[in-house]
Amino acid sequence: MQFTRIRSQPLVWILLVAVLLAIVLSFLSPFFMTVGNMTNLSKQVSIVAILAAGQAVVIISGGIDLSVGSVLALSAVVIGALIQVDVDPLIATLAGLAVGTLAGLVNGIVITHGKIPPFIATLGMLGIARGLALVITKGVSYQVLVPFFLYIGNAKFLGLPIPLYFVVVTYLVVTVMLHTSVFGRHVYAIGGDERVARLEGIPVDRQKIKIYMLSGFLAALAAVVMTGRLAATPPSVAQGIELQAIAAVIIGGVSFVGGRGIVLTALIGALIMAMITNGLNILGISSFYQQVLIGMVIIVAVWLDNLKSQK
Amino acid sequence: MMPDPTPLVEMRHISKHFGGLQALTDAQLELYPGEVLGVLGHNGAGKSTLIKILSGAETASEGAIFVEGRKAQISGPNDARAYGIETIYQELALCGNLDAPANLYMGRELHKWGFLRKKAMAAEATKALGRLNIRIQSLDVEVDSMSGGQRQAISISRAVHFDTKILIMDEPTAALGMEESKMVMELTVELKKQGIGIIWISHDIHEVFNFTDRITILHGGKNVVTGPTKEFTQDEIVSMIISGLAVERRTSAAGD
Repeated sequence: MQFTRIRSQPLVWILLVAVLLAIVLSFLSPFFMTVGNMTNLSKQVSIVAILAAGQAVVIISGGIDLSVGSVLALSAVVIGALIQVDVDPLIATLAGLAVGTLAGLVNGIVITHGKIPPFIATLGMLGIARGLALVITKGVSYQVLVPFFLYIGNAKFLGLPIPLYFVVVTYLVVTVMLHTSVFGRHVYAIGGDERVARLEGIPVDRQKIKIYMLSGFLAALAAVVMTGRLAATPPSVAQGIELQAIAAVIIGGVSFVGGRGIVLTALIGALIMAMITNGLNILGISSFYQQVLIGMVIIVAVWLDNLKSQK
Repeated sequence: MMPDPTPLVEMRHISKHFGGLQALTDAQLELYPGEVLGVLGHNGAGKSTLIKILSGAETASEGAIFVEGRKAQISGPNDARAYGIETIYQELALCGNLDAPANLYMGRELHKWGFLRKKAMAAEATKALGRLNIRIQSLDVEVDSMSGGQRQAISISRAVHFDTKILIMDEPTAALGMEESKMVMELTVELKKQGIGIIWISHDIHEVFNFTDRITILHGGKNVVTGPTKEFTQDEIVSMIISGLAVERRTSAAGD
C-alpha cells in the first residue's frame, strides 16, 4: 500500500488523536495508565463499542438506528426473565440474541416496505422495545447470578477481561464482512447512492433489512455483556446509550451522509469518549463537565472532517 | 450502410396512456446492429416514454416488442437487461464513493461464497476499459475524483460489459464539456464496430445530424418520420420536430 493511501486512511488520524489523549491523561494522573484502570476502561468501553460497530454499518449505509439502547434493554430483560425460571443460560442468551435480531428485522421491514424514514422507524422502536421491557418485568430488575453471566462480567482470560473479547470478535467479524463480502460492498453502494444501487440491480431492500438485523443482533450481544457486568437486568438499563454509540461513530470520522468511513474508527471513537469520561473521573472533575466536553468533541470532530473533505 | 435484415429491436404499435393522457399512439421503432439511431422530439413528444418502455422503466398499454425477431416480455429493468438492453442516463449513474471496478460490477459482483473476488474484478475492469481505449490513471480511486468524461466512460463500459446488444443513451453528453463529448462519441463509434445497436437521444440537433445513421422523429406521441439522417437537412429536421409534419422525400421511408 502506497504512503498516500495510508495517509488518507481515517483510522491513522483518529488513532493518533487517541494515543495523544492517552499520553496527556497519563501525564496528568499517575493512576490513568495502571492495569486496574485500563481493565476498568475496557469494561466501560465494551458496551458502547459493540453498539457502535452496528451503528457504523447502519450509518455507512445512509441510515440511523436510534433503537439500540431499548433493544439492548429488551434483550437483557428476556435473558433475565428466562434465567428467573431456571432456563439454561446458554439458551437464555440465544433467546436474547434472537429477540434483538427480530427487533432489527422489524426495523428493516418498516423502513423498506413501510417506507418510513430510518430516524422515525427506529424512534418508534426505541419506544416499543423499552415499553415491552417494562411490560415484561412490570418495572422490576431481575437478578442474574448464574456463573455463566458472572464469568462474562467479571472473569479474565489471558489477563484480559472477557468483554474485551466480545469487542475484538465483533470488530473483526464486522470489518471482514464489510470489506470482503458482497453484502459489505452493497452497504457502501447503498450509502453512496441508493437510487443508483437500485438501478444497477442491488437488492436494496433485502440488504437494508440485513443491516438493521445486524444492528439489532449487536445490541443483543451488548445486552449479554451488560447482563454479566450488572448481574441484573433492570428494564431501564442503557437509556440514551444510542446517542453515545452514534457519537462514537461520528467522532471516529464515519460520514453521516453515508457511503464513507470504516467501522474500526468507531471503536477508537468509543475509546476516546471513554477516556475522556474516565480521565476526568480520575482527575476529580465533575461529571457534569464531561457531557459538555463530549458534546464539544463531537462538533469539533465533524468540523475537522468537513475541512478535510473540502480539500 | 445497408442495415442487417433482422432488426435487433422492433417496437410495434406501441401505445401508452397515463390515465387520460395519451403519451404514445401506435409508435414504431426499429434498430439494426451496428447503427446509431437518433430519437428526436421536443419535450412531451413521447420519446422518453418510448425509451422507458424499452428499458423496462414503464410498460406499454398496447403493442409488442421484438428482440432479434422474438417477442420479448419486458416488465422491469432486469427483464430488459436479460435481453441485452442497457441504458446510460445523462445524470451519470455511478456511486461516487466507490472505485471503477466496484461500479463496473455493481449489483453483479464476482464472488465466491459471498466473498468478493476483488482481484478478478480489477483485472476484468482493466480489460474492459482497455477494450474501449479508456485511460484511467488508477483503478482504486473513487470515481467522484474523476472527470465527467471518465465517469461517463465507466458508465458506458459497464453498460456494454455484460453481453449488451442494445444500448440506449439518454442524452449521454448533456452533462459533459466539448472534449469529453467527443470522447464519448468516439467510444460509441467503437461500440458500433462491435455490432451493438445504439439508440441516441439528444436535444443537440448538430450532434444528432453529424453522428447518427438514421433518425426517427416523434411528435405528439406519434412517429413523424423515420429514415437515414443524411436524407434530410438540419433545417428540415428542426422543422419536423417543431411542426410534426413530415417533409416529403421520394426515397424516404416514413413509417410503413
